[in-house]
Amino acid sequence: MTDTAETIFKRLRDLPSTHLLGTGTPMCAGCGGLQALHQIYDIIGEKSVFINAAGCMTLLSVFPFTPFRGSWLYTAMASAPAGAQGVRDALDILLQQQRIAAEEDMEVVVLTGDGAAYGMGLSSTSGAMERDLDFLYICYDNEGYGNTGQQYSGATPHAALTSTSKGPRGFSGFKKDLFSIWAAHEPAYVATVIGTEPLDLARKIDKARNMTGPRMIIALAPCPTGWDYDPKQSVDIGKLAVRTGIWPLKEYENGKVVHTKIPKQRKPVEEYLQCQGRFRHLFEPQRNDELIDALQAKVDSYWRDITE
Amino acid sequence: MKRMLLTGNGAAAWGARLAATDYIPAFPITPQTEIIEALANWIDNGAMNARLVTLESEHSMITAAGAAAATGVRVFSATSSQGLLYAMEMLYTVSGWRAPFVLTNVSRGLAAPITLESDHTDVMAARDSGFLQIHCATCQEVLDSTLIAYRLAEDARVRLPVIVNLDGFYLSFTREPVQLPDQQIAKEFVGRYDAENIRFRASAPVSQAVAVLGGSPYSYFRYETHLAAQNALLVYDEVAAEFNQRFGRQHNAIEEYRSDDADILFVMMGSFATKAKEAVDLLRDSGQAVGLLRPRLIRPFPTQSFQHLLGGKKGIAVIDQNLSMGMGGVLHAELSSALYGHANAPATLVSFIGGLGGRDISSEEFFEMAAVTRRAVDEGVTPAPRLLYNETELREIRKLQAVAQSEREELHNSADKPSGEQQ
Repeated sequence: MTDTAETIFKRLRDLPSTHLLGTGTPMCAGCGGLQALHQIYDIIGEKSVFINAAGCMTLLSVFPFTPFRGSWLYTAMASAPAGAQGVRDALDILLQQQRIAAEEDMEVVVLTGDGAAYGMGLSSTSGAMERDLDFLYICYDNEGYGNTGQQYSGATPHAALTSTSKGPRGFSGFKKDLFSIWAAHEPAYVATVIGTEPLDLARKIDKARNMTGPRMIIALAPCPTGWDYDPKQSVDIGKLAVRTGIWPLKEYENGKVVHTKIPKQRKPVEEYLQCQGRFRHLFEPQRNDELIDALQAKVDSYWRDITE
Repeated sequence: MKRMLLTGNGAAAWGARLAATDYIPAFPITPQTEIIEALANWIDNGAMNARLVTLESEHSMITAAGAAAATGVRVFSATSSQGLLYAMEMLYTVSGWRAPFVLTNVSRGLAAPITLESDHTDVMAARDSGFLQIHCATCQEVLDSTLIAYRLAEDARVRLPVIVNLDGFYLSFTREPVQLPDQQIAKEFVGRYDAENIRFRASAPVSQAVAVLGGSPYSYFRYETHLAAQNALLVYDEVAAEFNQRFGRQHNAIEEYRSDDADILFVMMGSFATKAKEAVDLLRDSGQAVGLLRPRLIRPFPTQSFQHLLGGKKGIAVIDQNLSMGMGGVLHAELSSALYGHANAPATLVSFIGGLGGRDISSEEFFEMAAVTRRAVDEGVTPAPRLLYNETELREIRKLQAVAQSEREELHNSADKPSGEQQ
């Protein structure tokens, strides 16, 4: 478990009771990404500028409305981290030249989906980490190009049905290990989070907020429209993602990876798969034991050597 | 003010330094590299108080440039050719942010085939991006235009990024004597960048570059950008006049050379216009009333000035160092549309394509272009666009092709033919 001594978030009741992000956004009902963003924003606060890349959340700020109390800059799909570089450098120059007061400074936050993070934006993210940019990166990962109708992306899990992998075996590729790719850059911090584990999320965002350098967060974002399930199941699916071991909650710091929540008795992966339309072909019209077992084996192999 | 021998690249770097640039997102590309090397050295040696950051691509470089300008600091950047095209998405994007900064483009032909030498096809590709464009013919102009460009970009009536273009090799690596303005006077001329309320501050949150829904708000903001670019015509003249007052050098939106009493005019941009000037002198010596117009400002396009300066002329030879495949020269098309239907417009506008990938344009060719244009005037028939290429060149390329063919045959004959492949 992570060292809780350094966080103010010890129990659920320690979580912020004031919610900062406005409501009435055009995100889908049951959006797991928005759920995570709400919690993250409550901790980061309004002294922030969000640098966004093309994705679902680009539609959070549509002229003349925004749910953010702080600032926002939409860039393009590939280069939000470079936008963060420009804003951070400009703020540093203004502070250094005493053209703005210290309290005018802001946390620079990149907000992108998995499409940008795992693919087109990977080069600019790598560049930002290599330059040790002082920024927070939040990737809401709904495992496909969701905003365009859930085509497969570098984040799509094996066997998932997407609008560009509709065959009987679903997506033939495997989800890219972005956590390890990011961690290989040795940034200040990398963590996985999910909105259905709010305490774990709050601790990690709080920890990241109090660090400098690149702080990289991947939030698994259960997606009713892309994963094909009823919006009311979002929370259950998020919890199952953690309890089946599909979505390991972990953090990287000082060259070490620590798992922050190791499921005691991992539930079978099929409990997670079964409730999502994107995996229905594994169960209907015939059960595909070979593929289900392969998915279970991959999760088992991941956890084999993980101990507290 | 002191006089120095500077390359075009050196002049661009001095322009950025004298404009008291705060921030330089960079990425190296031939033939631009000397600019960012000079700036990096000055910063490292404490001669210049700025921050230079090398990004991992030109796409990111322009993103960072726009983002920093949108946060309220003065930004300079430089690129060329493939780099400009790699950044193309962001050129359109940051001009829409109304982020004012100066980008030097060192013109170089585009792949394929890949080349390092100069033409204007790269910068013409940015024609519709919302960046304003100033094209230079001398190293002095590169420096002066950089200072003028900041005033133009940051003017409240404009607030758009500006490309200052210079030709690769011909200007970038050519040393010319350049008058270096005094640092203090240059600083006074450029003034401070006031981002007004379009900047990021914790106490005054703003959302920049947000999405719009529907064509109506989209059209509104696009029209605004266009109108701002058009405002730059007037602002340019004001700024150029003030520049002349302070530094004694006049840089009109269109340079006129022996054009007043000419009946045939060359129209071309960039450093090759100096070759045209020389040809004009020779043509004048031979008794022909030929002159030259060289637009410095390409965006906004000085339509009215062209209508005025070309009115009553017999024939125009437009020489484009760019090629729009399937159409022809970009400047020729733009000039035609500026003149069409205008009373007193010359009836004959002949298009010539030359100087691609650094290919020279000789005096003889200028003579020939003048002759072709005069013949078109006399006969009242405008010929199809001419692609400048001479017999010697054709013979040379045939030789190269013969070598390639001979080598291929040699390779073919000596190698074991893979089974299944038959001639």
